[in-house]
Amino acid sequence: MDILKFSKEHEKFRERLAGFLAKEVTPFMDQWEKDRIVPKSIWKKAGRAGFLCPSVSKEYGGLGGDFLYSVIVSEEFSRIVHSGLAASLHSDVVVPYIESFGSEEQKKKYLPGCVSGDIITAIAMTEPDAGSDLAGMKTTAVGQGDQVVINGSKTFISNGINCDLVVLAAIDPAITDKHQAVSLYLVEDKTPGFKRGRHLDKMGWNSQDTAELFFSDCHIPKANRLGEAGSGFIQLVMKLQQERLVCAMGAVFAAERIMEFANEYCKKTMVKEKPLNRFQAVQFAIVEMTTDVKLGRTFVEKLCADHMEGENIVIETSMAKYWTTDMVNRVAERCMDLFGESAVLESNIMARIKRDARVMSIFAGTNEIMKGIAAKFMGM
Amino acid sequence: MFELNRSQKEIQNAARQFAKGEFDSHLALELEESREFPKKIWQKAAGLGFVGIQLPEEYSGGGLGLVEACLIAENFCRVDSTFGMALTLAGAGSEAVARFADAGLKQTILPKICEGELLSGIAFSETDYGLDLSSINTIAKPAGDTILINGKKTHVANLGTNGIYLVLCKTELNQAPPEESLSMVLVKGDQRGMSIEDSGRKFGANMTASATITFDNVTVPGSNLVGKNGKGWSQAGKLLDELKILTAAQALGTAQGALDRALGHVKQREQFNRKLGRFQITRHKIALMATKVELARLITFQAADMFDKGMADSTYISMAKMVSARTAVEVADEAIQLFGGYGYMKESQVERFFRDAKVAELCFGGLTAMKDMIGEAVIGKI
Repeated sequence: MDILKFSKEHEKFRERLAGFLAKEVTPFMDQWEKDRIVPKSIWKKAGRAGFLCPSVSKEYGGLGGDFLYSVIVSEEFSRIVHSGLAASLHSDVVVPYIESFGSEEQKKKYLPGCVSGDIITAIAMTEPDAGSDLAGMKTTAVGQGDQVVINGSKTFISNGINCDLVVLAAIDPAITDKHQAVSLYLVEDKTPGFKRGRHLDKMGWNSQDTAELFFSDCHIPKANRLGEAGSGFIQLVMKLQQERLVCAMGAVFAAERIMEFANEYCKKTMVKEKPLNRFQAVQFAIVEMTTDVKLGRTFVEKLCADHMEGENIVIETSMAKYWTTDMVNRVAERCMDLFGESAVLESNIMARIKRDARVMSIFAGTNEIMKGIAAKFMGM
Repeated sequence: MFELNRSQKEIQNAARQFAKGEFDSHLALELEESREFPKKIWQKAAGLGFVGIQLPEEYSGGGLGLVEACLIAENFCRVDSTFGMALTLAGAGSEAVARFADAGLKQTILPKICEGELLSGIAFSETDYGLDLSSINTIAKPAGDTILINGKKTHVANLGTNGIYLVLCKTELNQAPPEESLSMVLVKGDQRGMSIEDSGRKFGANMTASATITFDNVTVPGSNLVGKNGKGWSQAGKLLDELKILTAAQALGTAQGALDRALGHVKQREQFNRKLGRFQITRHKIALMATKVELARLITFQAADMFDKGMADSTYISMAKMVSARTAVEVADEAIQLFGGYGYMKESQVERFFRDAKVAELCFGGLTAMKDMIGEAVIGKI
């Protein structure tokens, strides 16, 4: 029995997306990996074709779809092993802040562009000295008449180079309680005082642009604050559940792809005159890994269903994020062992999958942070 | 228990100082990106005696043992795993020349290796999957004073046309088992009929490129046969013993280097108003990492010491290779995690240590091959 009920509409969307990716993304992936970025034009193409922000309501140009569309997008991108055009990050992590907390004016101004791909978004939380400890952020936002002046630096920002709009977390230095001091702001590209730093070189996700962002006396209108002053921390906490669920989904889908590759490889590769998958140790490894992947799939689908019902699943989501992202790394590495020396070469897709997977147990809150959150909400 | 003597401690220290002085971290990122061998540093290392330390003195070698070679490998990799791996394997295969070849061949090859003028590598594997001595199909036929070679080798270090390759071939063409039908032949990369096809970027260890080499009627002098015809199987086994111990030492250094970096980070980085190193979870992670490194050190140097004393034990060596490489992968992986987002960035170095560690684990017999060998030996005939 399926936990998630996909309708005919969903399946049509999936088919169209798969066709789009095969034509517009897959052929260019190797080049984009070398370029360390995707062209902005592919965001526009994806937006125009209706694959960005499917959850945004129709009055702002979206599909008004449910979370299952997000599941489909994540699944189809995992199927082609692509991370550069970070549709899930844009649609399911960043834009929801505007959808949920934006004023009518902000929504009218930005959401249609987010849907069409004319506005690529990034979320800027992490700082050089504030990663896991979000409350330790030092970027300040100080009111000055009808403006807000921002100073500080952010790092490891995905879409950092391509972004047209940044959802920025900053503190009001006048407020001593750190949790009351954070607000979220919308900062547009080309605002004076907003500069990019280095385009960072990473282990994987090479077609994904990750950068430092600098704000130096960057003036934005006060109207660019999201929601009430000081509500940033609550807003982040409210939205991080979905972000972490999206990560868990991505991990399970990636692990499923890995097992497909592994099954294929072990079937066709002959060692000592028999296929690899006729060796007992290989069979056990594949059975064990497939079990892990299926456990992950069941857990994550159940959480998606609960999430769609609006349930509070912060404990389970934290557990799922840590377990699935550890699992995909375990599986990727173990498959490299099965693949023998061929896994040394980047021409073998397993090498890139492993490099890409490694960040999952770090981003969106490290797995140590996940366990800390779960412990706290379990009353310990 | 095995202990280092004074001169070994001096070598250890000298290797460490040399690496610290030469292995620039920016250069490491550049060379790994452009997949370039650190030629100048290799020549300098050779000038100081770090290359071929285990080769005989009469051929410009250091005349010392594998323990000393391991100390260099460990400390090079501890300072930088990618430089370390490239330099440690710059003369791979020359050990077999020293051990099995006749004096003429030794004289032609070994001084050049030790003096940093010639790179050598082994050409054993023939499939994408990797090494399997029982299915060698590259044929070397004696033709008068020459040997004619035909076949294809995979996962060979790409030394270009200037390098020399130790090629494991089938020389007895009757139905003899591989134990009696293989031979080692040295082939210079510029021979006619050789085509070297680069295999592209690797997961790690990118200062040494990989290639597939095709031999199409390649002719070499008969004197290029290393040792006796038909003895290739046991010679390859002995050479692999040596290379596995060296790989264990590289992995040990890689693990130690990742641990050093992680330690530096957790002592200095503060989150939640505390140094990371004050959290119990961090302490337990570091405790496990440090314990694993010590275990890897014990088994690696025990294996090297036994080898030097003429008591080389292939099973024990496989255990050392497996344990040390696994340690490097696990310790470097945990180091990435302790570094957080920064660990995923190339500038943190630990992600590169991890990738290099995984390559060490996959080469010269991966986990599966090691377990197969150890299991077979421990269980014995039943």
